[in-house]
Amino acid sequence: MTDATSANVPAQPETSAPASSLLLQTDRMKRRNAAESRFKAYGIVAICVSLSVLFIMLWTIFSDGVSAFRQATFSFDVTLDAARLDPNGNRQRDEMMRVTTIGYTGLLNDNLIVYLNARAISTEGVTEREIAAFISRDTPARLRHMVIEDPSLLGQTIRFEGFATGRIDGYLKGRVTRDSAERDTNISVAQLDLADRMVDDGLLSLKFNWGFLTNPDASDQRPEASGLGVAMIGSAYMMLLVAIMVLPLGVSASIYLEEFAPKNRWTDLIEVNISNLAAVPSIVYGILGLAIFINFAQFPQSSPLVGALVLTLMTLPTIIIATRAAIRAVPPSIRDAAMGVGASKMQVVFHHVLPLAAPGILTGTILGLASALGETAPLLLIGMVAFVANYPSGPLDGGVLDPATALPVQVYSWASRADPAFIERSAGAIIVLLAFLLIMNILAIVLRRRFERRW
Amino acid sequence: MSLVKLSVSVLAVTAVCATGAFAQSRENVQITGSSTVLPYSTIVAEAFGENFDFPTPVVEGGGSGAGRAKMCEGVGPNTVDIANSSSRITQRDLDTCASNGVTEVMEVRFGYDGIVFASDVNGPAFEFTPGDLYNAVAANVAVNGAIQPNTYSQWAEFNAALPAQDILVLSPGTKHGTREVYDVRVIQAGCKETGAYDLFLAVAEGADDRAKQNAANAKCVELRTDGRNIDIDGDYTETLQRLDNDKNAIGVFGLSFYQNNTDKLRVATMNGIVPSTESIATGEYPVSRPLFFYVKMAHLDVIPGLQDYVEFFVSDDMAGPNGPLAQYGLVSDPELAATQDMVRNRVAMGPLN
Repeated sequence: MTDATSANVPAQPETSAPASSLLLQTDRMKRRNAAESRFKAYGIVAICVSLSVLFIMLWTIFSDGVSAFRQATFSFDVTLDAARLDPNGNRQRDEMMRVTTIGYTGLLNDNLIVYLNARAISTEGVTEREIAAFISRDTPARLRHMVIEDPSLLGQTIRFEGFATGRIDGYLKGRVTRDSAERDTNISVAQLDLADRMVDDGLLSLKFNWGFLTNPDASDQRPEASGLGVAMIGSAYMMLLVAIMVLPLGVSASIYLEEFAPKNRWTDLIEVNISNLAAVPSIVYGILGLAIFINFAQFPQSSPLVGALVLTLMTLPTIIIATRAAIRAVPPSIRDAAMGVGASKMQVVFHHVLPLAAPGILTGTILGLASALGETAPLLLIGMVAFVANYPSGPLDGGVLDPATALPVQVYSWASRADPAFIERSAGAIIVLLAFLLIMNILAIVLRRRFERRW
Repeated sequence: MSLVKLSVSVLAVTAVCATGAFAQSRENVQITGSSTVLPYSTIVAEAFGENFDFPTPVVEGGGSGAGRAKMCEGVGPNTVDIANSSSRITQRDLDTCASNGVTEVMEVRFGYDGIVFASDVNGPAFEFTPGDLYNAVAANVAVNGAIQPNTYSQWAEFNAALPAQDILVLSPGTKHGTREVYDVRVIQAGCKETGAYDLFLAVAEGADDRAKQNAANAKCVELRTDGRNIDIDGDYTETLQRLDNDKNAIGVFGLSFYQNNTDKLRVATMNGIVPSTESIATGEYPVSRPLFFYVKMAHLDVIPGLQDYVEFFVSDDMAGPNGPLAQYGLVSDPELAATQDMVRNRVAMGPLN
């Protein structure tokens, strides 16, 4: 059809056809059509730009971060020499505690060298000190913990699994190469050769790293042992508390404002303030939280409870706005019908309006929680951007008062560390955070699809 | 509504649990302060948690000044116990402390940190003197005995021994504790070396000699703003990123950061000395600064494990020349034994001199 019209156009001025026809394109019409197709092109370009930026972002995150879920792991026989680990031989916990991780490091190093000799793996060109540098500093601590918890292990030979250090791990994942090792003072090419021989023997291998999801954070000297355990518990506690606090507060405030409150200057003022609060930068809520909850109410620092209170304040305006929109979307005819058969205002709201608005309220709440989950700035001021290596206790034992961090905080603190292995960890943490956000958003969409009613 | 009832009851249960636990005091040591000291502090905290029956201390970063201010907020379980600091505490901090009831503070110097200049590993080698860096980044430089605005665009223009490469220096931002030592040990030293200081002093205004010297020093540390010197307010990872993007750049790093990234960075010598833990310990390498932490003494017997943590930090196993901190890049303090005695006897710091 476009062909036909465009073919007609040049012929048009010559024939003295009717001055205007719907089938003919006048100049104005052409300009309007051109403007429309230009606008469509702008739109497509805008979408392409955003999609490619998203793609680049996801690609960098995934190419850096997927390797964080795998970890170079040793598996070798360790003889737990009772004379070294319990010098007095009476299996007393107090006395065994005196053998520090330094003692266990020595034991592990000796055992690794013995094992290498037993398997006839050549250690040519590598000093004993360099072999010791293969074993993560986290490994002796785990062995020590195991032995102290179960002293009957002493004297036995056990198959022990431990992490390899960050550089060896990086070599197995292709991050460290022979070229970079030549310039790197922390690893030598001879060590990489030995690592190759260990891999051939099966002593060293890449395994799926559950520790990345369960371990607590680790210091700068052992990137391989760091994990998201504490951060995930902290985030979970905060989301739970935020949901518990924000739902009743937000829903009751919105119901009152929407259904019961008189329309006067005061409610207008409140309304304007709620909209303004939704746009206040999140760091401001952090300052507020520090002043009110920590300095005035004396709640403990770095605790998920304070974090949750701050995030509740932050998400409350958003949730009130979403809830009010959901309540307003319930048609007035439903209220009128209920009133008509003699229901009280309260019955109208709780029997009819609220159930119909529930999907919208839930969707708004979940999206509010998702934005709270990704928030770092307010946590900075209440001490949650910290190194926390102990798991908080269970939720019923006051765990919400123990120090913890949060997922986005872990991303931030790993990204600023010196060892290059933390870049991979940081990207891995982003993947976990994105997975949680995706789950929450899908849940919001499913709830809306499932329960939404249209009139 | 059952949903509402459920949430209200859960809220009530949580509130009861929470108030029950408030009664008890804090069990873990709480530390905050310098992001330069942060890695050392986490290494010690982690080892402390592993080897003692106390919980692992919680360590925050955020900056030396902010950390000291937080420590000076007062006494009590909801205030921090230790402030890490990469510069010495100021009289103003001590005054704030005293007015908030923090009267006794223990100053622990646990080692030294070197500041190194590094460029891309594939680029040419640099051998600097403070004067070269002054000529590169200062706003005004001395040319033929006169002060002129800095128009140098290549290193070779003022020192033929340096490569003919465009000047771009990534200096630490003014928020950093590193900036202080950079200003004093590099820029002001370079200012004197190139003769610019004397020229500034000659025209400086001030009531007495001291005021004139201060004015001249203040002129020295004015850096050029034409894009050849960039202040980095983030941490060393940001500097590394910028250096990766522009291979001509010279970045300022902590020694420990450089040692973790020797495969990407080439370190520059200063006055012919290669920075290393040894050359900094002997004082040959000129750009270094002491690292401190400050302990609130009123908390020593209140927070479990605080005394043990402080003693463990300065023990030879940790801060000694063969300990893990030295392996990470800390220059061990030659007077560590005296510090250990001081910590054991709980000596509060005297007035600043």
